[in-house]
Amino acid sequence: MHAKEYERLSRSIEEITGIAKSMGLDYFPMRYEVCPAEVLYSIGAYGMPARFAHWSFGKAYHRMKLEYDYGLSKIYELVINSNPCYAFLLDHNSLIQNKIIVAHVLGHSDFFKNNAMFSATDRSMLDRMSTFADRFHLFEHEFGEKVVEETLDAALAIQEHIDPHHRFGRMQGFAEADGLMKDVVSFIATNSRKLADWQREVLWMIREEMLYFWPQMETKIMNEGWASYWHTTLMHELDLDESDTIEFAKMNAAVLQPARGGINPYYVGIKMFEELERRHGRDAIFEIREMENDVSFLRNHLDQGMVEAMDLFLFQREGEYYKVSSKQAAQVRDLLIAQRTNGGFPYIGALDGDYRGRGELLLRHRFEGMELDRKYVQMTLPHLYKLWGKPVHLQTQVNGRILTYEFDGKEMKVA
Amino acid sequence: MDSKENDLMFTLTHDDWSLHRKGELDQERHKRKVKEAIQKQMSDLIQDDSILTAQNGQVVKVPIKSLDEPRFRYNHNNPNQPHIGQGSGDTQVGDVIGKAPPDQQGQGQGQANKAGNAAGEDVFEAEMSLEELSNIVFDGWELPRLKPRTRRVLTTDDIRFNDIRRKGMMSNVDKRRTLIEAIKRQAMDQYLHHEQAQGTFKLGPISSDDLRFKTWDVIQKPFASATVLAMMDTSGSMGTFEKRIARTFFYWMVRFLRTKYSHVTIRFLAHHTEAKEVTEEQFFFKGESGGTRVSSVYQLANDIVQRDYSNEDDNIYAFHFSDGDNYDSDNTMTVKYASDLLDRINMLGYGEIHQHSRTSGLWDAMSSIRHEGYYYSLLRDPADVYRTLKEFFMPKDKDKASSA
Repeated sequence: MHAKEYERLSRSIEEITGIAKSMGLDYFPMRYEVCPAEVLYSIGAYGMPARFAHWSFGKAYHRMKLEYDYGLSKIYELVINSNPCYAFLLDHNSLIQNKIIVAHVLGHSDFFKNNAMFSATDRSMLDRMSTFADRFHLFEHEFGEKVVEETLDAALAIQEHIDPHHRFGRMQGFAEADGLMKDVVSFIATNSRKLADWQREVLWMIREEMLYFWPQMETKIMNEGWASYWHTTLMHELDLDESDTIEFAKMNAAVLQPARGGINPYYVGIKMFEELERRHGRDAIFEIREMENDVSFLRNHLDQGMVEAMDLFLFQREGEYYKVSSKQAAQVRDLLIAQRTNGGFPYIGALDGDYRGRGELLLRHRFEGMELDRKYVQMTLPHLYKLWGKPVHLQTQVNGRILTYEFDGKEMKVA
Repeated sequence: MDSKENDLMFTLTHDDWSLHRKGELDQERHKRKVKEAIQKQMSDLIQDDSILTAQNGQVVKVPIKSLDEPRFRYNHNNPNQPHIGQGSGDTQVGDVIGKAPPDQQGQGQGQANKAGNAAGEDVFEAEMSLEELSNIVFDGWELPRLKPRTRRVLTTDDIRFNDIRRKGMMSNVDKRRTLIEAIKRQAMDQYLHHEQAQGTFKLGPISSDDLRFKTWDVIQKPFASATVLAMMDTSGSMGTFEKRIARTFFYWMVRFLRTKYSHVTIRFLAHHTEAKEVTEEQFFFKGESGGTRVSSVYQLANDIVQRDYSNEDDNIYAFHFSDGDNYDSDNTMTVKYASDLLDRINMLGYGEIHQHSRTSGLWDAMSSIRHEGYYYSLLRDPADVYRTLKEFFMPKDKDKASSA
């Protein structure tokens, strides 16, 4: 980037930020960083600028780079929930593209700072993750890359099964009414008799990282919707010439394009915020962005009018085709909520660490209408066995019947 | 660079990122995992039709199951499970969104799968050229018991005029073809100008467009340093299953020899009651029928070796695949000829394919042969092809396995 372009970008940021502030956005101090595409893709693959090494990140990086090289997809923005808030701009982007991104990430920054789900996140996670990465590196050095990789493979296989809600400082959270302890990671880190201390530390670190990422997973629609709402609003306040207006429209169309076989969270989010602003005014949506997450957002606000306006529907397999099966708001909403519940992951908890009186581990999937993928259950249980060291069991439901998978270190049994 | 903080609270910086190679480093870890995963599922992989029919230079897709990050997830392919979609307005109940994948496992990506993650299937596909894949398959393979040789020149360059081009040196002009071009062109001209009615045809001057030149390729004429006899039972009792197994073995054997050795000649022998030498294409694609007399192919192999390879430092290998369905009376002869052959060559590998029945008379006879250059393998299902390939071409592993 030339000094002149750089200067122009700096002036644009100043202008956009001034407007954002005057319209009531309450963001963290911003750190914009101009970088080449590869850097953006590697940060995208890792989710953070400094994170431990693992092949799965290499896989993600490879895919993102390939898609970029073939022009299949493009990351537009990358923003970190931290104080100050880091946002990355591509050095190849045009000025107008970078302006849109600046406007967009100001929305994210405001959301990170004010949404209640994020209130407990560590805003200096950037440094902590970098410290974690050093620890992992040290472990690799001390115990060998292979063992560390195996431990990480196993830890990452269950990383989503934590308890994101702080419950009076208890590490494992409280057992729920049915005796389920949601935080499987901490349950194993605490109770496994097989793990070495450094392996427990790996689990705790993975859990900390997941606690940090969790609010982003449960506010995907809202967060992207809010940021898109603000980049659209702020860009309309700018004086754009004709070619800028066209480029803005093109990029906006690409980002907000409805997805046919799924939903585009940017699109659903912005449409809902726009409609809510129309009905209740801007103050109301500021309050919504503060109080809600995707599940409550959808439950409280997605109605028949919005479902029709966005042309949302349910579709289902019928013979060799997928066909539209319903356009009822209630049905669309219920399925959308089910898909967004628990960050989109099955709700699985630890039930017993001394199952059958033999120190075996019993997990239960709390069935909420969607069945587990059997193949993946069979792939995942062996990793749990590695962490627990004794047979592991998972209760779930298939075709209305309770089913228990058991892996004893050698073979998988289903009963 | 610039980092002035202001009352709007922002800074803009442009650092040097050239040392940021984290993604690349972990990509290497991933590649290593891919290679390990491929090696683990090799016995399935080497029977994959898309790989068996691939051409050199073509990119093959290798589905790798174990590299999916394991996790508990919902079954999105449950046919009773509805998905959420989004249209561009006025979508009606009953509208077709896309074609569903043929089966529940859905390896074909239906249109609905592409758009979102709702009905997506996350099987990782490593893309690599056939050569790259072959190198992973052949990792550690060799022709066992190869005699070291020093005396012979292994290849020699030869020139062969075998192509005609429009440009070239005047000394290489192909007069006959140039003349034909000139006649064709002028005949066409006259036809176009309706001059052929006069009934005379005069050849005018030859233009530069008519010129045709001979050109040549430098070819490497191999002095074979090793010869491999591929011998296969093509009698009527070899069913689809048996043929497929035998051909898969020979396909990889041929690929392996051509990839790793530039001086190997492969000769193809097919037999039913009689044996004959055939071309590679006939060997792989022609079916035969009739009874079986296995001794015939060993007899032919002995004849070929005696006739064409009299030198004692010739390296000769033979591999024979059969379903073992042989006349009992012929088994003794087969063993005799096979033993004779073994005394003349480096190694004989015998593979017998049985899907159901336990063993054959031929198997009993053949497995009684004792010779250090003799390897035999019983193949019961397709996964045994890879095991057999490894036993034949990685005999060191075999020794370890049998002593363990």
